[in-house]
Amino acid sequence: MKTRSNLERVLESGQFAVTGELGPPRSADAEVIRKKAKILKGHVDAFNITDGQTAVVRMASWAAAIIGKEEGLEPIVQMTCRDRNRIALQMDVLGIAALGINNMLCLTGDHQKFGNHPAARGVYDLDSIQLVRMVKDMRDEKKFQCGDEMAVEPRLFIGAAENPFADPFEFRVTRLAKKVEAGADFIQTQIIYNVDKFAEWMKGVRDRGLHERVKILAGVAPIKSMGAARYMKTKVPGMDVPDSVIERLQGVTKEQVSREGIKLCVDIINQVRQIEGVAGIHLMAIEWEEVVPEIVEAAGLLPRPKIAP
Amino acid sequence: MLAVQVKAEAEILPLISSKRLFIFECLGCRDVHYPVEKAAEFMDSLKEEIVGKATLDYLCHREFVHEYVKAYAGEIERAQVILVFSCGVGAQVVSSLLEDRIVYTCCDTLYLNGFQGLTAKEFNCDQCGECYLNYTGGLCPVALCSKNLLNGPCGGSQAGKCEVDPDMPCVWQQIFDRLAKLGQLHTLERLGTPKNWNVSPASSAPEKRLP
Repeated sequence: MKTRSNLERVLESGQFAVTGELGPPRSADAEVIRKKAKILKGHVDAFNITDGQTAVVRMASWAAAIIGKEEGLEPIVQMTCRDRNRIALQMDVLGIAALGINNMLCLTGDHQKFGNHPAARGVYDLDSIQLVRMVKDMRDEKKFQCGDEMAVEPRLFIGAAENPFADPFEFRVTRLAKKVEAGADFIQTQIIYNVDKFAEWMKGVRDRGLHERVKILAGVAPIKSMGAARYMKTKVPGMDVPDSVIERLQGVTKEQVSREGIKLCVDIINQVRQIEGVAGIHLMAIEWEEVVPEIVEAAGLLPRPKIAP
Repeated sequence: MLAVQVKAEAEILPLISSKRLFIFECLGCRDVHYPVEKAAEFMDSLKEEIVGKATLDYLCHREFVHEYVKAYAGEIERAQVILVFSCGVGAQVVSSLLEDRIVYTCCDTLYLNGFQGLTAKEFNCDQCGECYLNYTGGLCPVALCSKNLLNGPCGGSQAGKCEVDPDMPCVWQQIFDRLAKLGQLHTLERLGTPKNWNVSPASSAPEKRLP
């Protein structure tokens, strides 16, 4: 084992992993996190704490992660390059490792234009691939990006994201290969509604043998309303919501849409599970955490494995 | 041309090994700064066959350069690689006129306080000091990607557009298309290492950076 990560243990044991997601509040309210953490506990192997997603100011990822950890959850701290240069990134990497956090997800970050401070200066000193390599070198070589050595390395299980639905499609497997080459241990994908396209991408992944070098968690999310479905279809860059999904939700009464959205999510979990090379799911029920236990149970993924370190 | 320095041989030689070369050299900004001797030394030291060379002022002037491209069509056709001694704008102009040819720049463009070239041009060069065009088919992600990405498009590239502005093309989609056309997609497998940003505008006195 490279780290003390529970997620690493589950994945290495060959069991189908489940990660969740928790968005920190737009305030200093710790109770929000405790409440969400209590819902997720026992239903996921680890949970992501987003880092200013959509470039909106929220509680720091590492701080919310510590609160969640106090509730007995295993955090995956997300870290973006949008707000930090390589100096700040490395300081935060050392900090989260020292606080006992075992997982980190390396992201470039949503552009500041989409958030509530669009006039902010974006940093982007590194990109996500360079961040992965930097953290790997810190962990495995005990070296800072400048080459200086450190005494105690940050033992982090290193994650990255990939979006099989962005363009150019032919490049998306190459991009995954670069993240693997850079040192990613696990990958969480963009939310999947177009299973056929995801399967096509996974074929490209297998053709290059990448599924044997990195653990791929398929991103899934329940749809709560017709409005949310249409918004994702038309307004969210890099999302692929096929007409068949919209039609399925239109086929039920308005009151039943969220029920159908949950069923659809379970169906997608069952489908991606059949695809060779998928090591788990990443379930994103943002601001709808209460349905996570139901979805995980309906997908037959309970109880979650307990593997001693 | 803006202020430039000649790149290290180690960066260029592996790209052009045993290829027939055609060279564009721009002297447009030599009164401001151009390392004439170093460039000549570099060209003389090349073991590769040079099938032709065009020396001109203002490689940034696309219509003008187009006339040269036509005049030297035969030599350019025989060359396997086009080398450019100019700023990032000149290199982008040549790449844009020879989209199906491999074009490499031999220079890094340096920022010089108060000097932005002579006129506004259709190509952007951030004068970042570490020219990246040799890995991107002559299109600049430093100047044109909203996140200055060096390892390919982010997850927000869709239908050729940048997620930040639907009217703006995703330069990485353009880079992908150009490299596909050139049969050079393997270039995108290369891991772009962290860039030295300290040679860009916020840096110390420019004269210290001029060779």
